[in-house]
Amino acid sequence: MTEPAKAMTGKAANALELRDLSVAYRVGGRNRAVLRNLNLTIGQGEAYGLVGESGCGKSTVALSVVRYLPRNGSITGGAIALDGQDVMKLDAEALRRARAESVSMVYQDPGKALNPSIRIGRQLTEIFELASVSGQAAEDRAIAMLNRVRISDPVSVMQRYPHQLSGGMQQRVAIAMALANDPSMLILDEPTTGLDATVEAEVLDLIGQLRQELSASILFISHNLAVVSKMCDRVGVLYAGMLVEEGPTQAVFNDPRHPYTVALLRCLPRGGQRKDQGRLDTIPGFLPGIGADIKGCAFADRCVLATERCRTEPPPLYELGDDRGRRLSRCHYHEQAQSLPRATPSNVAAPARQAASPAVLRVEGLNKTYASHGHPLRAVKDVSVSLRPGETLGLVGESGSGKTTFARLLLGLVPPDEGGMIELEGKQLAPRLESRSDDQVKAMQIVFQNPDSALNRSHSIRHIIGRALKRLAGLSGAALQARLDDLVRSVRLTERHLALKPRQLSGGLKQRVAIARAFAGEPRIVVCDEPTSALDVSVQAAILNLLADLQSKEDVSYIFISHDLAVVRYLSDQIAVLYLGRIMEIGPSEDVFAGPHHPYTEALLSAVPKLDQSETVRIRLDGEIPSATNPPSGCVFHTRCPRKIGPICETQEPPLSEAKPGHAIRCHIPYEELERLQKKAVEPEPA
Amino acid sequence: MSTTDSSAGIPAPPPNDTNRRGPLAEVFFSLLRSGTFLTGLAIVTFWVACALFGEHFAPYDPLADDIINALAPPSAEHWFGTDQIGRDVFSRVIVGSRDILTVAPLATLLATIAGTALGLFTGYFRGIVDDVISRILEAFMAIPVVIVALLAIVALGTSKTTVIVVIGLSFAPIIARTVRSAVLAERELDYVAAAQLRHESALHTMFVEILPNVIPPILVETTVRLGYAIFAVATLSFMGFGIQPPSPDWGLSISSNYGMIGGGFWWTVLFDALAIASLVIGVNLAADGVHGAFND
Repeated sequence: MTEPAKAMTGKAANALELRDLSVAYRVGGRNRAVLRNLNLTIGQGEAYGLVGESGCGKSTVALSVVRYLPRNGSITGGAIALDGQDVMKLDAEALRRARAESVSMVYQDPGKALNPSIRIGRQLTEIFELASVSGQAAEDRAIAMLNRVRISDPVSVMQRYPHQLSGGMQQRVAIAMALANDPSMLILDEPTTGLDATVEAEVLDLIGQLRQELSASILFISHNLAVVSKMCDRVGVLYAGMLVEEGPTQAVFNDPRHPYTVALLRCLPRGGQRKDQGRLDTIPGFLPGIGADIKGCAFADRCVLATERCRTEPPPLYELGDDRGRRLSRCHYHEQAQSLPRATPSNVAAPARQAASPAVLRVEGLNKTYASHGHPLRAVKDVSVSLRPGETLGLVGESGSGKTTFARLLLGLVPPDEGGMIELEGKQLAPRLESRSDDQVKAMQIVFQNPDSALNRSHSIRHIIGRALKRLAGLSGAALQARLDDLVRSVRLTERHLALKPRQLSGGLKQRVAIARAFAGEPRIVVCDEPTSALDVSVQAAILNLLADLQSKEDVSYIFISHDLAVVRYLSDQIAVLYLGRIMEIGPSEDVFAGPHHPYTEALLSAVPKLDQSETVRIRLDGEIPSATNPPSGCVFHTRCPRKIGPICETQEPPLSEAKPGHAIRCHIPYEELERLQKKAVEPEPA
Repeated sequence: MSTTDSSAGIPAPPPNDTNRRGPLAEVFFSLLRSGTFLTGLAIVTFWVACALFGEHFAPYDPLADDIINALAPPSAEHWFGTDQIGRDVFSRVIVGSRDILTVAPLATLLATIAGTALGLFTGYFRGIVDDVISRILEAFMAIPVVIVALLAIVALGTSKTTVIVVIGLSFAPIIARTVRSAVLAERELDYVAAAQLRHESALHTMFVEILPNVIPPILVETTVRLGYAIFAVATLSFMGFGIQPPSPDWGLSISSNYGMIGGGFWWTVLFDALAIASLVIGVNLAADGVHGAFND
């Protein structure tokens, strides 16, 4: 019955309109404002991106639209209109219908959005049954939906359970479910955040294609500016529950008019920036806590440009004259926003690099085979690397490529297979941690990906760092105190933080504690396992700067694991690209990025969404990463390789052959040929 | 609050009221808001007060017999009537919690300590240590408490200590199992790997690193076990293996009077039975509250 109604009002009304929306969460007996008088309009068929750091209220917007707020959340003012229909006035039944028929949401973690004990087919047909289509008809439509989200062999996928699908496939199914009732509004809340780069690229392509087929308007929520810039027509920047800037995506990102947007963009390592060329900019301070009393501009405390006026007079949303479309900025001095001085000086003292210092770490033919249900699973196969003092080796690859296993082998947390060799400063290391000497143990430390797991939540920061100093540096008493103060200062924590427990610190501060702990025993090598993947970009920039500073000061070497190529590029001198436990390409950072690349590296590089949208030829990988228990014959990449040359790829594993001094590629295609192919690809092809 | 450190631009953590209290304080405050817990606590406190101060307000000496008034029904003088040798049932119920409230908590404490140690070892070392100890514990759990008690009493004689040891050791495997599963989960966390990367001893890792993080499930399991321990002590006393006469213990009283029910002298048994039931319910309500507070 809503169809005719929708058709009648649909043309005139905006798909979504938030007017002066205020939302508060009740915490500790007090209502704390999360969204403050938010105004936002999404036109029919428009894709609107909402960006901001964690805690700024992005997800609250998504939840408010369908009134899914948690029990302690309430809408304290304003109005929400979906297709011109006031959501606040809907009764329970009408709300249920709106959720069933006109709005769909896709969340970050598809594993949680799907019911683990019900087959995919059943979960999909259920939606059609709600719309009174049943039996074979529902099944046919479910298959059609799966086809629509480009799932090959949908009939067999229908029979599977969610855990039998990869993350990318699960997210496609979640998108298929969201699209099943042909919603007029699609809310995507960080839909690609947990996915690998190549899979993310696929899902984004899919969403882009679907946009053209469907009429749905999209609210796209993400912390990833590049993803938003790729997907959205207009973008809004959210800060402390307020829109601080809004406008056409390209205009906002290329010509930001609010100091926060300016600062956020500067935090990203861009254009191949490297640690020896300068430090990243950061945003000092923190987002105001929820419910904070904001007198003037919410960003004033962190803004170098702020004046007395900013602290006392809340800026309105100034409308900017711009021929690219309507633009808004909540800054008194929006015309000066781009002259925002850097918060962190860029200049670095270039370290005098001793060219011929001997390798601090040499790894030769390292293997690790796990037994998985009786089958051997080769997590790391025949990996050899070497690392000089003060240098960084970046390890890149998708999940399941063996990056973390390799790190654990080095550290001795898991013993490698017989035969490989790990040599630290010329001395061979025992395979197991227990058999290594205290000196060897303290020489190699790690900063884990997730500080919540890495820091003991029962211990104070003082205990965590102090214990490391006691065990690794062998200090006690006053000497320990002195060194503790030193160390804490060098990771830019303060005395005040020492008495706190990890849960009382933000993610970035926790990661600093983890870094301090790793540096306690003056290590030679620190393994950094995705240390910034859980952090916001401004915090990431500060951590990357810190790591770069510590490296140039202490001459420590890093093994830096990350899926974020820009981050790896910023910090690394050498890069190794891993696929199914094998090194596919290894070489000096600049060579690996400049190319010619291994076809896999090429695909990884092209999968990264770029802020400036300079159109490059995209290389898309088909299918899934094969299982490591049953790797493809020949070159393990041949099943997905866009440059496969023939049967030789399926039968014979190519050697890792050195193309240029230090730069080796595991591919049957000769180096010169790769160079020619990839140069051609860069040139624009006729449409 | 916007105090910025001049040192390097890392300001103080943002004020966050929800984070101000520690996790245990958080649990404490949520317990104070839990009706279930407070009800249970009130019942238990009542019986503890009776055990401590009952003799001062009991109208009669709980041990004094009065053969002439034997088996008198409830009346104004004897609210709960008298038993077969004329002792005042009301007075006996009031002080009857004394033994059970020392034996059951001590047994639970023993079970918690032994169970926690076993759980830490099996969960931390895994592999063969875990396999062997876990199978032994499972075998132990398969034997009914009563049979273990019977054997122990034959070997050690009847005493409160025997009851404590028997119940403590029979409950230890159950607590060990809970602790083990919590430790298995903790062990996977990176702080344990970080401890290994400092060459910490296994004991340090188990007791200093892991133990503080598995306290919540241990507390929950302990309160639940306390309810069962009270029940077990009452059962053993009823069967004659537990607390011995002339203690006015509830289980013991029921045991010596239940033959009277057939004659219509229900008051000799009913009030003791209600007392046991109320104490067990009280402890279980408190346990439910603790469980809820930790799992919110």
